[in-house]
Amino acid sequence: MAFLALDNLTKHFGSHVAVDGLTFMVEKGEFVALLGPSGCGKTTTLQMIAGFVEPSGGAIRLEGRDLLAIKPAKRGLGIVFQSYALFPHMTVAENVAFGLEMQGVAAAERTRRVGETLALVGLGAFTGRFPRQLSGGQQQRVALARALVIRPRILLLDEPLSNLDAKLREEMQIELRQIQRTVGTTTILVTHDQAEAMALSDRVVVMNHGRAEQIGPPHEAYERPATPFVANFLGRTNLVNGATVRPEKIWFATSGLAGKVRTRIFQGNHWLYQIETADGLVTVIRQNTGEAMPAEGAAVHLAWAAI
Amino acid sequence: MSRNGPLALVFHTLFVIFMLAPILVVCFVAFTPEGYLSFPTDRWSLRWFYAIARYPEFVSAFWRSLWLGAISSAVAVAFSVPAALAIARYRFRGREAMTALFMSPLMIPHVVLGIAFLRFFTELGLGGTFIGLVLAHIVIVLPFALRLTLASAVGLDRSIEHAAISLGASEGTVLRRITLPLVLPGLVSGWALAFINSFDEVTMTVFIAAPATVTLPVRMFLYIQDNIDPLVTSVSACVIAITVAALIALDRAYGLERLLVGRSADGR
Amino acid sequence: MKSTPYLLSLPALLLFGAIVIVPLVMTVLLSFHDWGQYKGIEPVFILKNWHEVFTDSYFLEMFWRTFRIAFFVTLLTALFGAPEAYIMNRMKSPWRGLFLLVVLGPLLISVVARTLGWALLFGGNSGLINKALVSMGLISAPLPFMFTETGVVIALTHVLMPYMVLAVWAALQRLDPQIENAAVALGAGPFTVLRRIVLPQVMPGILSGAIIVFALAASAFATPAIIGGRRLKVASTLAYDEFLNTLNWPLGAAVAVLLLVALVAIVIGCSRLVERRYAQVFG
Repeated sequence: MAFLALDNLTKHFGSHVAVDGLTFMVEKGEFVALLGPSGCGKTTTLQMIAGFVEPSGGAIRLEGRDLLAIKPAKRGLGIVFQSYALFPHMTVAENVAFGLEMQGVAAAERTRRVGETLALVGLGAFTGRFPRQLSGGQQQRVALARALVIRPRILLLDEPLSNLDAKLREEMQIELRQIQRTVGTTTILVTHDQAEAMALSDRVVVMNHGRAEQIGPPHEAYERPATPFVANFLGRTNLVNGATVRPEKIWFATSGLAGKVRTRIFQGNHWLYQIETADGLVTVIRQNTGEAMPAEGAAVHLAWAAI
Repeated sequence: MSRNGPLALVFHTLFVIFMLAPILVVCFVAFTPEGYLSFPTDRWSLRWFYAIARYPEFVSAFWRSLWLGAISSAVAVAFSVPAALAIARYRFRGREAMTALFMSPLMIPHVVLGIAFLRFFTELGLGGTFIGLVLAHIVIVLPFALRLTLASAVGLDRSIEHAAISLGASEGTVLRRITLPLVLPGLVSGWALAFINSFDEVTMTVFIAAPATVTLPVRMFLYIQDNIDPLVTSVSACVIAITVAALIALDRAYGLERLLVGRSADGR
Repeated sequence: MKSTPYLLSLPALLLFGAIVIVPLVMTVLLSFHDWGQYKGIEPVFILKNWHEVFTDSYFLEMFWRTFRIAFFVTLLTALFGAPEAYIMNRMKSPWRGLFLLVVLGPLLISVVARTLGWALLFGGNSGLINKALVSMGLISAPLPFMFTETGVVIALTHVLMPYMVLAVWAALQRLDPQIENAAVALGAGPFTVLRRIVLPQVMPGILSGAIIVFALAASAFATPAIIGGRRLKVASTLAYDEFLNTLNWPLGAAVAVLLLVALVAIVIGCSRLVERRYAQVFG
């Protein structure tokens, strides 16, 4: 039996269908990402699981029991909100301890667990600070600690990294994955960032217009996209000779599709090319191996393996 | 060094003089040693301040204004909190109209309100009573209380309450531990602004106050109508001193700009 | 769940329904009643008071005076208050906060105390202003300020100035300071920047301040009563007279209701105009 099961979950806002018959299962300990552009219904789905939005139809079952019949305060889920939603008038320790307080955990035990969890997220020394004294990354970790300390059955993450700058986001992604592996909590992440979804999740649910277009491991969804939308959303694609080809699967050869280099952009560990061909503009990505690469204006030939 | 040129600074200086002149003059004259209106040139005297004690009607009017202000502001805030929460959080039919209704006393001339209340209270047998004054003042100060409470409620991130709920808090706990502490600054500043407006109100109060329930501004006004002598200047000086002290305290605590404009000088 | 907002608003709604709407309706009805010195108020429905208010030259002159005073007060507050707000905005703290306190603070000080100050400054021969002007040799005889319209305008300008400064200040806070820099970088001189960049953006603030000041000036009571005296009547002091001296409540009610209707019409009308004019700029 699946740990969490969404069964034909639907939500209308007036005539607008936000979530349309969404069905999928989550196994215990799994890390699942709900991925899609804004407006695809992923946040609404998360809010329905959390209990802040009522579904128009369908069911949600947690360990076989109907989750919708349980009030949000009693669902025992850990949530990290996009804005972190830390209690500004409480210290870091008080913030993290709040859920334990609500559970009736004794003070000594609370202090112990709070200390443990803050150490886990690397904020052991910050117990007495207030949220406004913390950086964005630190606030995010407090929010995570607050959600984890209550040992939730499921951890819900609502675009938790979107407010961080690029470098910090990368670091946090790695840390988040490690923490999840350590603690083993079943996790559902909502994000619009395909790189983030693919980096963190065991399985990804690619959503569009309220429906799941593909559900599967990131590698599979990337290499064998089920629909054009999925192909375009996860990474770049080209349409050449009627076939869909990923930019990194194209290389410069001595014969093949003829073209001229229009733009060449260096991006550190790879080169990004825009090649003008008879078939239109083709995007090519080549690994930076230190070798000399065709310059702008050069004439080239493109070859690739069929998907 | 500001970016203002000398011309601007001259203008500014004259402007400030204009704004402070009447206030300073009143305080000045209050210290006159003479028995009539004059400026203390070589001697200063507190005689007119001591004289206030011989006019118990001023003292009792002061206390009445204080109580009136405190009570009506507190009630106004109490009424405005649930209304502010409703307006800030829900999209319901009549929301704009209701907000306009609650803000309407700002647009109704106080003389009209004074007349309306005079008629209304007389019919109800509340004419000239303290209760009547309280009710009338609640209406007048509610827009100020509501404006600040609303700003606080709007500024409250809903997801903070959701976070508390998700961690197991009941509705009562959320209200008590999360919502109220976070809107409290708005409540207190709303009360403060409401109090100041009630304490200073004269136009409407002059219609509905009976000789026995007169407030301080009305007592001062009626006194001035008959004659202007140093006594009323010393009373005014006291009022000014108290107000300035309260002003500075408020500015230190919240920032005058946030109180009057709704946002503080550094944009918080 | 759906009824929550209504339940929450109920206390305030009931309060306002009972204590605002009912009395106002009663006042409107009162203006239609008859009154006689011996019979008192007679609850009938006649147009006698309204007829008198609209046709008697005494009332027309009084309303004209009221709005004339309000107009000049508005003009003066705009002319002086707007630049002052701009100048203060360009100051650095702590001067900025300090002068804001000095300029806006008087708003919270008793209007009676402030007007008393003007009475002292104006008063006859011993008024400070006249004394100063005479001693500086600018005039030979003291100028009349007390009991004149000029005096009322000056005093009201002082009393209501903070409202204008506040409105303009609020508008200035919404401006992006980089916009001025962009204009300067493109070669504009300081006056051009003021005239072509700052002023158009601040104008909605000035106009909304003007609406507030006008409404408050037209309905002012304490200041015209003290400075204007018993002979120079404006709408509020006339209503006061009718109500508490003559005891002709219905007539007083008519004056008050007319003032209310006129102000509401002007305020709403002007606000709509300002909104429409500036909607495309600010969205």
